[in-house]
Amino acid sequence: MDIVLGIRLKDATLIATSKAFTRGISILKDSDDKTLNLNKKNVIAITGESGDTINFAEYIKGNVQLKGLREGHEMESDEIASFVRHELARSLRSRSPYQVNLLVAGVNDKEEGFLSMIDYIGTRCDLPYAAHGYAAFYTMSLLDHHYREDISLDDGLKLLKLCEEELNKRMPMDFKGLNVKIVDKEGIKVIDF
Amino acid sequence: MSGYDSALSIFSPDGHVFQVEYALEAVKRGTCAVGVKGEETVVLACERRTTLKLQDPRITPTKINKIDYHVQLAFAGLNADARILIDKARVEAQSHKLTLEDPVSVEYLTRYVAGVQQKYTQSGGARPFGISTLIAGFDENDKIPKLYQTEPSGIYSAWKAQSIGKNSKTVREFLEKNYPKDELLNESETIKLAIKALLEVVQTGAKNIEICVMKPGIDPRSMSNEEIEVIVKEIEDEKAAEAEKNKPRTTE
Repeated sequence: MDIVLGIRLKDATLIATSKAFTRGISILKDSDDKTLNLNKKNVIAITGESGDTINFAEYIKGNVQLKGLREGHEMESDEIASFVRHELARSLRSRSPYQVNLLVAGVNDKEEGFLSMIDYIGTRCDLPYAAHGYAAFYTMSLLDHHYREDISLDDGLKLLKLCEEELNKRMPMDFKGLNVKIVDKEGIKVIDF
Repeated sequence: MSGYDSALSIFSPDGHVFQVEYALEAVKRGTCAVGVKGEETVVLACERRTTLKLQDPRITPTKINKIDYHVQLAFAGLNADARILIDKARVEAQSHKLTLEDPVSVEYLTRYVAGVQQKYTQSGGARPFGISTLIAGFDENDKIPKLYQTEPSGIYSAWKAQSIGKNSKTVREFLEKNYPKDELLNESETIKLAIKALLEVVQTGAKNIEICVMKPGIDPRSMSNEEIEVIVKEIEDEKAAEAEKNKPRTTE
């Protein structure tokens, strides 16, 4: 029942993840961070089987940074999305596949926002807004209705607020609020939300 | 041929491993590299081969390489050997981060690089790396600059300032004479000393020098040709002034 949610703006991308760390029916922690910064301009948000998530995220981060150092320039958002999808597709066909779903958020070399949704079976879709799991049920209608191609940062945050309210209303559990990150040409920032 | 230089893992009767000594010879023929530590800076400077008339300078590889975001490696010797060693170091840096969460310390990385070089002096079917390296950087959450050297034999050592490659002896002597004993160098002084040292052996001046400046917590910065030129000019002016002063005055 973890929440991961992303909204792509013109020159930035917003990513929101729930702060609750759950195991079975219990909440073990209310300050969990389901995101991991891959490099200066790219971040992933990841949910799924609890050990798999961190293991896979750090594996991706290691490879993204290694590639960045080898090639002398950092990997771009769409390259990362392709790489992540490939790794998941490969893992799916192994004896013990990773069971993780994730969002890749970043800004590309043209300083445009980028958002990609990738699931554990290796489906990738680049979208203006995306969510995994239950969060998608409750927020898609809002996002469909309010999203605009040229949405500003303020409006993006307002839209995210609407999503949070809706989730608070509909989700059967208390997900302990959202962790929100903005990725723009300056880098990745955590914001008070 | 004495026969003691054909197989790698064989000593000569007087205790030398010739292949390792030949590797050091390859280092001596490589272009010069200099490393200088300041108070909160460490600078790597290299002599750059002139690009040929028809060569594309943009894709000609540099001699100063990023191993991780906080560590740089400069080398002297066989470029092709260096590529392999650099890649091994990069993979180790990432793998260290993956297993231990913390980035490598500069000393750990040096020890690893030296370890790889040592292995190649004892394993069958391989030859030693024909390179010496200068490894510079900062440890995590630390402002103390680090500068290490490794050699083909696998020896590693720490330095305030050091040079490797062609004419490294001249440069080292220059550094020994000019490195301040008591006070610490600030950023611009560190850069200047590194360039000055390199100018002892690089005749062609600014366009054949590449420089990387490292400071704690920020990305390493490569200096542009124009920036270097300004400093080279400064140094040359100083030298000219010095020469003027020392000129014996003609007595009337």
